[in-house]
Amino acid sequence: MQQILRLEQATAEPVPRTEFTEHSGSLARPADQAQRGLALTIRDLRKSFGEHNVLRGIDLHIPAGQFFAIVGRSGCGKSTLLRLIAGLERAEAGTIAFDGQILANDIRVMFQEPRLLPWAKVLSNVEVGLGRERSSADAQARADKALVEVGLDSKRDQWPAALSGGQKQRVALARALVSQPRVLALDEPLGALDALTRISMQNLLERVWSDQGFTAILVTHDVSEAVALADRVLIIEDGRIARDFDVALKRPRERGSADLAALEGTILRELLATDNE
Amino acid sequence: MSIIESFSRIRTARVGLPSADGLIPWFVPLAIVLLWQLASVTGFVPTRVLPAPSDVVAVGWKLLLSGELLRNMWVSFWRAGIGFLIGGGIGFAFGLANGLSQLSAKLTDTTLQMVRNIPHLSLIPLVILWFGIDESAKLFLVALGVFFPIYLNTLHGIRTVDPQLIEMGRVYGMTDSELFRRVIFPGALPSIFVGLRFALGITWLTLIVAETIAASSGLGYMAMQAREFLQIDIVVLSILIYALLGKLADSFARLLERLTLSWHPAFRKS
Repeated sequence: MQQILRLEQATAEPVPRTEFTEHSGSLARPADQAQRGLALTIRDLRKSFGEHNVLRGIDLHIPAGQFFAIVGRSGCGKSTLLRLIAGLERAEAGTIAFDGQILANDIRVMFQEPRLLPWAKVLSNVEVGLGRERSSADAQARADKALVEVGLDSKRDQWPAALSGGQKQRVALARALVSQPRVLALDEPLGALDALTRISMQNLLERVWSDQGFTAILVTHDVSEAVALADRVLIIEDGRIARDFDVALKRPRERGSADLAALEGTILRELLATDNE
Repeated sequence: MSIIESFSRIRTARVGLPSADGLIPWFVPLAIVLLWQLASVTGFVPTRVLPAPSDVVAVGWKLLLSGELLRNMWVSFWRAGIGFLIGGGIGFAFGLANGLSQLSAKLTDTTLQMVRNIPHLSLIPLVILWFGIDESAKLFLVALGVFFPIYLNTLHGIRTVDPQLIEMGRVYGMTDSELFRRVIFPGALPSIFVGLRFALGITWLTLIVAETIAASSGLGYMAMQAREFLQIDIVVLSILIYALLGKLADSFARLLERLTLSWHPAFRKS
């Protein structure tokens, strides 16, 4: 069953995903479906800010459950593409179609900043991720479970201000996962972390992704992160798809291995190629 | 016993006596009162210029027994409270409306900014002509004075709520009312409290002026009456009571701040 979301004229400011709420009549999903990712197909997607054409026609299919990474220079349009997929912006033309029925909580976003509510304890911050199901009876139990998953159950009654940068981002991950989304959009979520925290966060991401089987779409400027995590790496240049790499390496991948380094080198050369022209 | 042990004993002893720490801010006022008493007793300051603190306390006790002091304090307190609620309420409502709605801001903000630049005490002659020296005159002045700090700070608080948090709230499916309750209002609260404390100061200032010029009861009126009869101890007494009431109001606001902003590192109890 294919369900197409029609993207209308661009509006001045980001709008909530009202399209999804139309289909959110039933919030409960059969248990067997809860663990499955969603496939999506993008056709001729275009977006511009004023005179500047950010995306000039993107065609893309992401299979269900794939860990998909998008890399590119800053300003290439990779974040815009992610924001369009997540419904944070509207495209001028083109379609984003999800293969299956979409509920309000099916797509979750993790930002570069943790964006936790400073006036809510860690647990209530995670409960925010339940969306409309926040007021359900098992909300707290589900939030607790998500905190256990990221290893922060001991911090449930702390204020966010008392956490380190990496811990805050783990709470943000718990908030994104608590509704068991089928697509997780990650907008450089580890960009602000130090190198060691970043690696342990990458391991955590990989673990929850393989546990829950959602479709992960990761935007990053860190090529080594992309090849370490992703099944597939897309290079975007000037609003168009420049290259599409399959990363056919076995998991768990060993950081610093020759295969990863070789692939990383290839992608970096591709990214830097325009400098030499 | 090692040095470290004795150090930790000293530290625990200090923790056990928080009252000593709490007394430090009162040291300077107490010293001033003592010096003042000394200056009066020795005749260095003539009592016609400034009565001794003991005389002020004595006259305070007398007025307290006669009931005059409490009656006047109550009248002033009532005016401050009602005026504050009216002006603060309207200011808060306009702050919310203009912070949340572009249309409302466009419609009223320029007008309010123009009115803001009129010193509200300059309206006293006009207010006396309108209301006489009735209660409504004082309430009007207090409400007008309180309106602007509350309005400006509420508006500023709402406008400066982190837009990234608002976007997050929308992405996570919050409705408008939920977004206000969980994101916008708590985010604006620190700024609203700044306005609240400014407004409390202005309340007392306005009241003193209004009661000295146009009143037939209240602390300011009591001071003016005392001036007529050269009762300088009563004049000083009313000034001190104003200081005390102002301090009480500020402490109350700080208590509210601590209770509602405990998430904020700057307001956390150490």
